[in-house]
Amino acid sequence: MASVPEEGVVTPDGRQIGGVLMEMKNITLRFGGVVAVKDISFDIRKGEIRAIIGPNGAGKSSMLNVISGFYNPQEGEVWFKGYRRGPMKPYEVARLGIARTFQNIALFDGMTVLDNIMTGRLNKMRSGFLAQALWWGAAEREEIENRAQVEKIIDFLEIQNIRKTPVGRLPYGLKKRVELARALAAEPQLLLLDEPMAGMNVEEKEDMSRFILDVNDEFGTTIALIEHDMGVVMDISDRVVVMDYGRKIGDGTPAEVRGNQEVIDAYLGVAHD
Amino acid sequence: MIYREAGDFKTGYREDGQTFPIKLDRWAYYGVLAVAFGIIPFVINDYWASAVLVPFLIYAIAAMGLNILTGYAGQVSLGTGGFMAVGAYAVYKLMTAFPDVNIVIHILLAGFVTAFVGMLFGLPSLRIKGFYLAVATLAAQFFLVWLFNKVPWFYNYSASGQITAPERTFLGEAVTGPASSAPAKYLICLGFAFVLAWLARNLTRGMLGRKWMAIRDMDIAAEIIGVNPLGAKLSAFAISSFFIGVAGALLFAVYLGAAEVGEAFGINKSFLVLFMIIIGGLGSIFGSFAGAAFLVLLPVLLKNLLVGSLGWPTDLAAHLELMIVGALIVFFLIVEPHGLARLWALAKDKLRLWPFPH
Ligand SMILES: Nc1ncnc2c1ncn2[C@@H]1O[C@H](COP(=O)(O)OP(=O)(O)OP(=O)(O)O)[C@@H](O)[C@H]1O
Ligand SMILES: [Mg+2]
Repeated sequence: MASVPEEGVVTPDGRQIGGVLMEMKNITLRFGGVVAVKDISFDIRKGEIRAIIGPNGAGKSSMLNVISGFYNPQEGEVWFKGYRRGPMKPYEVARLGIARTFQNIALFDGMTVLDNIMTGRLNKMRSGFLAQALWWGAAEREEIENRAQVEKIIDFLEIQNIRKTPVGRLPYGLKKRVELARALAAEPQLLLLDEPMAGMNVEEKEDMSRFILDVNDEFGTTIALIEHDMGVVMDISDRVVVMDYGRKIGDGTPAEVRGNQEVIDAYLGVAHD
Repeated sequence: MIYREAGDFKTGYREDGQTFPIKLDRWAYYGVLAVAFGIIPFVINDYWASAVLVPFLIYAIAAMGLNILTGYAGQVSLGTGGFMAVGAYAVYKLMTAFPDVNIVIHILLAGFVTAFVGMLFGLPSLRIKGFYLAVATLAAQFFLVWLFNKVPWFYNYSASGQITAPERTFLGEAVTGPASSAPAKYLICLGFAFVLAWLARNLTRGMLGRKWMAIRDMDIAAEIIGVNPLGAKLSAFAISSFFIGVAGALLFAVYLGAAEVGEAFGINKSFLVLFMIIIGGLGSIFGSFAGAAFLVLLPVLLKNLLVGSLGWPTDLAAHLELMIVGALIVFFLIVEPHGLARLWALAKDKLRLWPFPH
């Protein structure tokens, strides 16, 4: 599938994969002397699950941070929905319809699960300052409508019983799920997940894989995710980008990538020249 | 088993989001309002107004203001005294320049002036955090006191350097000046405290409140999900300063009647209000009232008990007060950052389950 036709394809399991949603062209990102991402190009197509894999320190998170506007690359172009995206603040990128989760959970610990997820909908809420201060018509109506949307996500991720719990008191696995809920609340077109299953046991990983597949299937959300567990990656992703030392060393379907000699070497730790 | 939520089912998100979801709490709230508006004004005397109720209401407004900034938005400020001074001097200049305009309008305008000044001094918060921001607001505190001392225009070139509130009426009753009565002073402060508490509650339960708390808890994640840090921080500074400005205006015009800036609005005021929100509870409107009540009542109680009943010397009682406040601050900072409000909630939780805790 490395060369998908412009009009898109239908996957073996019947999902529609469309044209290019996001395209990274020759991205280079440096931190002082460290080159975290070196001249990388790849695209993400509408409706697909795109994995980014690679050994520790390969530059995966840095790549995701470029997509989410957290870092601006020194070189290269970022294209989203057919337009070139200039340097942007992270909150401006959020308004374009890109949401994400973090490798080290970044929830609002002092707030309840419900408030955390409600915060994800802030770009959907338009009522002005005065309406909010007086809790008049528009503000209250909006609050209730958005609450109803958030409740759907809460049902979907099966976290009804912890709605009113402060996030700081939750165990790790549930926190990861709440973070996914908060990202979903924004109804993003592109969802970025940085190691959504890190530190989970087998059962939790299965749950999370199921949620990711369901999100993609039911809402048609395009997903780009970083994951270390090869089994999971091979199971759920449509296409895989492989990174090593900031470079792209492979790109294709899970089967294609698995057969790539350079990828095998990187994972087996063959010395670099 | 009377205090409970069982059987008090919520059938919609509207009811679930209301301020007092438990029936008994709602009744208690209406009861307090009925007493505050319907009974106290008829029985209040000068002693109760000036020793307890009027300062309590004014400090509750200031504490709500600081709580919005520090408790909700996570931006530490030691400039409260200075911002109260802005409110006081603004209302003084307005009262004397436009004697025919209603005092309530002047107090609100003083709030807006303070909101603007607060926003200016809030600008550094976009770059610096925590300890460094606290130091920057401390600089604001000293600068503002210095300014009001140094520029005679602010105190209308009065020989003493003091500002003195002329008499102004609201609905025919004098609320400022020497002729104002205890019920009138009490009611105008109560009116402001009530309306501002309601506004604060609405702002903090809605999306603006969530943006503030998001910035407080993790500013990077907040920005990634779409919070503009500039807007969130500056709105917190503006709204917080509005409350504090109104409190400063009331403190000067209604309560003190005359003020000298260093004495009335010095760094001690900043710490007093900060201690109120630490003891009352960070991030809680109720806690702002509880903390203000506590720190206003404590010296009165100690004085009556130790000096009045036990015959201790006054300075010893004052020292004891400092020690108690100090110990409480340490206790709440270490053990319960959510203060009295949280202890109250825990007590209610126990009550809710009593007598069957499991
Ligand atoms: N903010 C930063 N400042 C300086 N160097 C950085 C920064 N972020 C990442 N790096 C460096 O860039 C390189 C790539 O890091 P990155 O976090 O993107 O790797 P990764 O593939 O996500 O690794 P992991 O699997 O461990 O999460 C590393 O050498 C790292 O030290
Ligand atoms: Mg990483």
